Amino acid sequence: MYDIESIRKDFPILSTKMNGKPLVYLDSAATSQKPNQVIDLVADFYRTKNSNAGRGIYKLAEDTTHAYESVRGKVKDFTNSHSETSVIFTKNTTEAANLVMYGWGEKFIKKGDKIVVSILEHHSNFVPWQQLALKKGASFEVMDIDENGQIKESELDKMHGAKFVAVGHVSNVTGTINNVEKICRIARDEGAVSLVDGAQSIPSMKIDMKKIGCDFFMFSGHKMLAPFGSGALLSNDELLKQMDPFFYGSEMIMEVYPEKSVWNRLPYKFEAGTPNVVETIGLGAAIDYMKKLGIDNIKKHKEELVSYALKRLQEIHGLQIIGPKNAYERGALVSFTMDKVHPHDIAAILDDDGIAIRSGHHCAMPLHLRLNLPGTARASFHLYNKKEEIDQLVKSLEKAKTIFGG
Amino acid sequence: MDENYQELIIELYKNPLNFGEIKNADLKGETKNLSCGDVVTIYIKLDDKKIIDARHAGAGCAISQASASLLTEYLKGKTLEEAKKINKDDILKLIRIDLSKNPTRMKCALVSLDALKKALNPNYDCTM
Repeated sequence: MYDIESIRKDFPILSTKMNGKPLVYLDSAATSQKPNQVIDLVADFYRTKNSNAGRGIYKLAEDTTHAYESVRGKVKDFTNSHSETSVIFTKNTTEAANLVMYGWGEKFIKKGDKIVVSILEHHSNFVPWQQLALKKGASFEVMDIDENGQIKESELDKMHGAKFVAVGHVSNVTGTINNVEKICRIARDEGAVSLVDGAQSIPSMKIDMKKIGCDFFMFSGHKMLAPFGSGALLSNDELLKQMDPFFYGSEMIMEVYPEKSVWNRLPYKFEAGTPNVVETIGLGAAIDYMKKLGIDNIKKHKEELVSYALKRLQEIHGLQIIGPKNAYERGALVSFTMDKVHPHDIAAILDDDGIAIRSGHHCAMPLHLRLNLPGTARASFHLYNKKEEIDQLVKSLEKAKTIFGG
Repeated sequence: MDENYQELIIELYKNPLNFGEIKNADLKGETKNLSCGDVVTIYIKLDDKKIIDARHAGAGCAISQASASLLTEYLKGKTLEEAKKINKDDILKLIRIDLSKNPTRMKCALVSLDALKKALNPNYDCTM
C-alpha cells in the first residue's frame, strides 16, 4: 500500500509555503527533496559523529569509515552492478563523466576513432565527449530522434565502427526512456565501450547494470533523495584497472617516493582527497528509504502521475507536449510549450501560485536546437508528488493563458 | 511575481514598440541569454551623433521583450554620449517593476541593455 500522505510527512519542505501559497514542487528532475531520514542523519553526523573517513584509528573515525564504506555495497545491490570495488563515489554525474573522459578517453581514444552520443543528451553527457573528439581528432556522431522523441532505429547504424558510445537512460527534456540494453548490445558487438547516464532513471526505475550491459553507469544522489555532492560512477574492475587516475593527491596512492608514485587499489585510485563523507552516507539512507517503499511501487506511482499529467495537460488548448505520449515510455517528467506564452513567463506565473517548475533549455541545448524551440517548460515528479498537485498545475496554466490572452 | 506582469508588460509583449530591424542601421548589437531563450538585437540609426531611430528584434519572455520596447523608445533623440550612460537603474525605472529579489528575472530585463552596450561598443563582453 503506497500511502502518499504518510510519505509526504517524511518531507518537511512539502508542508512549507512559497510566495504565501502551499509549495507544489514539480522540479524534482532538477533536484529531489529530502526526507527526514536523510536530513536527520546529516545533522546528527555533524553533531555527534563528525570525523574523517579512511584515516583515523580511533572509534569515531572507524565508525565513519565503516558508514561511508558500507554505502558501496548498498549502491552495488541497488543497481545490480559488478562489484563494490567498482563503485566510485563522485560528487555528481558530471564528475563521473569527466572521470571517464580523463581516465579512459584520454588514454584510449585516438585520432580517427568514432564517438557516438544521441541528440537527447544533457550537456554533462555531451560536452565531455564532444571535446574529447575535438582534442583527439576523433569523429563525433550524434544519433537523431523521431517526432515522438525516440532515437530512430536507422540512427543506431551510426554505432558501426564506434569506439565509445554514451547515451542517457531517460531524457531530462522529452522524458524518453531509451532502449539502453539494445544500444549497449550493439556497442558491445562493435567492440565499443558504452556509458549510460542514469541521472533521470535511477530516481524512479529499477536499475540493473548487468542487464543493461554497459561498461559505465553514472548517477547523482541529489536527484534520488540524497544530499548534494553524492553520486557514483559504476564500472567493472577490469576496465577501471586499465584506466589512469583522474584526480591526483592523497588517498588515491599506495606509495609515494620522491621520483614516482604507485596508485592505490580500486576504488580508491579514483577517489583523491577527502570525499563527501556525510553526503555519501546520506546516499545510503536515501537508498534505504527507496528500498523500503519498493522500487516497483515507486515506478508504478510515477507512471500513474505521468499518465494523469499527460491526460490533464492535453486538455489545455494551445499546449504542446514534447516527447512520447505514453506514460510507460517516459521517465518522471513532462515538458511542454504553450502558444503565446514564453516558457519563462509560464514558470514565473506558476511561481506566484506556489508551483515550482523549470523553464529554459534544461542543459540540453543541442536538443532544443533540433526541436527548433528556444526553451520548454517542464513539470517533473517524484515518489512524493500527488495528483492534486497536477490539478493545481493545470489550473495555473489556464491562468497564464488568460493573462497572456491565449 | 504577479505584479511583474502588470498591464504595461503584457501589453508591450503583445504589441511591442519599435519592433523589427532597421535595414541600414548605423549600429547593431545582439545579446543572447540562451539559458532561458532570450535573444535581443538593438538597431540604431544616427544623424550626426544623435539617435534618430532605434528598433529591436528577437524573441524572449515578456519582461525581456517589454524592456527592449521601452529602451528603444527611450533612446530616440538621445546623443551617443547620453546612450552610453544608460545603466541598470534606468532600465528598472523604465519597466517600473521591482526585480531586486529576482536575480534571474533581472537578467531578462537587462538583456536589451546588454544588446545596446554591444551596439555602442563591438568589443563589449556581454554579461548574459
